[in-house]
Amino acid sequence: MPTAAARPRLRVGVAKMASCDGCQLTLLDLEDELLGLAERFEIVEFPEASSARSAGPFDVLLVEGSVSTADQAVEIVELRKQAKRMVTIGACANHGGIQALRNWSDHDAFRAAVYAHPEYIESLATATPVSDYVTVDAELNGCPISPIQLRELLASVAIGRRPQIREESVCLACKRRSVVCVMVSQGIPCLGPVTQSGCGALCPRFGRGCYGCYGPKEQANAAGLGRAFEYGGREGAEVSRLFAGFTGWAPPFREVIDAHGGPPGRTNGRANDQTNGQASDHASDGGGARMEDPGHAR
Amino acid sequence: MHGDDGMVAVGEPATEREFKVGYLTRVEGEGTLQLRVRGREVVEARLKIFEAPRYFERLVVGRTGDEVIDIVARICGICPIAYQMSAVHGFEHLYRVEIDPSVRALRRLLYCAEWIQSHALHVYLLHAPDFLGYPSALAMAADHRAVVEQGLAIKRVGNRLITALGGRPVHPISVRVGGFSRVPRRRELDDIRHELDTTVEQSLATVRLVAGWEPPALQHPQPLVALRHPAEYPYNDGRIVSSDGLDLDPGAWGDAFEEHHLEGTNALHARTHDGQVYLLGPTARIALASEQLHPLAAEALAETGLQDEIRTNIHRSIVARAVELLHAVAEARDVIDAYRPPSEPRVPFTPRAGVAAWSTEAPRGLLHHRYEVDEQGHVTHAQIVPPTSQNQGAIEADLAAFAPTVLDLPHTEATHQMEMLIRAYDPCISCATHFLDLRIIDDRGKEGTG
Repeated sequence: MPTAAARPRLRVGVAKMASCDGCQLTLLDLEDELLGLAERFEIVEFPEASSARSAGPFDVLLVEGSVSTADQAVEIVELRKQAKRMVTIGACANHGGIQALRNWSDHDAFRAAVYAHPEYIESLATATPVSDYVTVDAELNGCPISPIQLRELLASVAIGRRPQIREESVCLACKRRSVVCVMVSQGIPCLGPVTQSGCGALCPRFGRGCYGCYGPKEQANAAGLGRAFEYGGREGAEVSRLFAGFTGWAPPFREVIDAHGGPPGRTNGRANDQTNGQASDHASDGGGARMEDPGHAR
Repeated sequence: MHGDDGMVAVGEPATEREFKVGYLTRVEGEGTLQLRVRGREVVEARLKIFEAPRYFERLVVGRTGDEVIDIVARICGICPIAYQMSAVHGFEHLYRVEIDPSVRALRRLLYCAEWIQSHALHVYLLHAPDFLGYPSALAMAADHRAVVEQGLAIKRVGNRLITALGGRPVHPISVRVGGFSRVPRRRELDDIRHELDTTVEQSLATVRLVAGWEPPALQHPQPLVALRHPAEYPYNDGRIVSSDGLDLDPGAWGDAFEEHHLEGTNALHARTHDGQVYLLGPTARIALASEQLHPLAAEALAETGLQDEIRTNIHRSIVARAVELLHAVAEARDVIDAYRPPSEPRVPFTPRAGVAAWSTEAPRGLLHHRYEVDEQGHVTHAQIVPPTSQNQGAIEADLAAFAPTVLDLPHTEATHQMEMLIRAYDPCISCATHFLDLRIIDDRGKEGTG
């Protein structure tokens, strides 16, 4: 299929773990560029969009989703072997996603709450980032990822340079767009000061506080923001609630959640080695699959 | 798991025949299907869903209505608005919130926008390659570039509209209990309004195009369920009705239906209380609510002459979906023309304890949510019933009816046609909880011909 072009087309794959498919959909949402991309790259694996399959090797593999079953824990290691560069896309792959809220709770209780026959369900006690299992070359953040950042990543890969993705807080994006601060002007709690931008300050522009889709920015003083919310008259549980979202398992946010009693609705027990023997098998130094003491239980 | 598409695996020689699709592609999610055949009779057809469970119904416990709206959107990147809509209407119903008529119109517009992007995605990028014989729309574009570009153009309009109302195409952020966090000014919609004239023409062309694609034969009507509203095509509002005469409040899904947990699948199956399977989605809505179609869509449907065949052959769902695409585009244009921003984007509300239950029409069919809520407005128990989990039974029944007609085809072709049937449902397996493995075992032992 590849024609005798001067430069061979890079083999690109898209794979998924536990996720909503919204980040890979963002690739299909590049409507103006999609056909051009398909000419520029050889998209060899993208099961959501194509019946033509490949198990590798890949020059670039985009991975969506968090590792949440024993099969996925095996698959991600195999995918890593096949991928020259692995790029994790989205809050699930990079931070565990909303499903990582179960990491604070007893997995059996979660299974039993949803399924009449929990014994039929195969799932790890925890849902954790891909980087807890394998080395990752680049991350695109967001829930979902930004189409602008995805375009930049693909363009940079195509010509072999580093992707240029701005690292700054949502606050700075707000200022640049002259959005009036929702926290100062309306008292709406906002994670903008500690959250990586990429969305263009979307929530403040729409009259809401940021809820942390893109995860903590570098050196985020999340604990400080948590205290500021408390001084503002919020109880601990209300502070925890604000951080316990789509990137709540990211360590800076996790610490605030732990310091304020855990996420809303957590069970008294928690993810541990008894509920699922596989949960601790792969635990990395980040402790992604292990529970630290979650602080005072409710 | 990878790379075994269409591979023939023979179990015991001369006693078993096995078709295998390692992973159903061009659907949202991961699932398998197992089919056992004795002679020409299908003795078992079971869809198995391996999508990793994410426990959403438990994740929303302890959360407020507004938090639930953000969380349940993440069940599905293709139809997040559907999840936001069933949830927001449930909470507003419980809290007795009267939303502004303009807000109601904007909710319809937002839902139209999701149907436009989801239907265009399925018709052009996921389903069309089956009819034209390509592994993907990207491969199809080499020979049918104008077709693919038309699909992408329609899809882009849907996404632009979602972005105008909700900030971004996937997981928009503006839907709140009581209204929106922000509503657009009229002129923000001008560019899209202008473009919609072209999109209406493209959507009409879509109906004519897909109506001309010859489907595999199938005569298998199934019981149908959808919302019906006296004055409008069903999105956010209406009563749950069926081809068997059911008529229920949109919150009362549980009065007629129930979920079952079967072994080997991470999605619950839904049935009527007396065990009947039923079919949701464009096919059901076209049959049960065709009189509410936009005149342009009704006319286009009549022109195809396929209204009856849509009812009996699921492969024709692509026509139903295209008619609904045209409906959504035409209605979006009308809503924008009539739009006046509400005086306030959002009305205040006071939480109260009780049950927040509602159903809306997701692109794939009826989506029911039911939340038990305490006096602080925190969820204590949740039930979310996505369309694909309700359609599983109908998919299996259709496969059982369809499989005998393709057993004599070459093996890979038979396998492909069964996979195509499943795709005709536009299954969203990440919704239902993903991985379709099609396996046919012939008990009497006719060897595969392929």
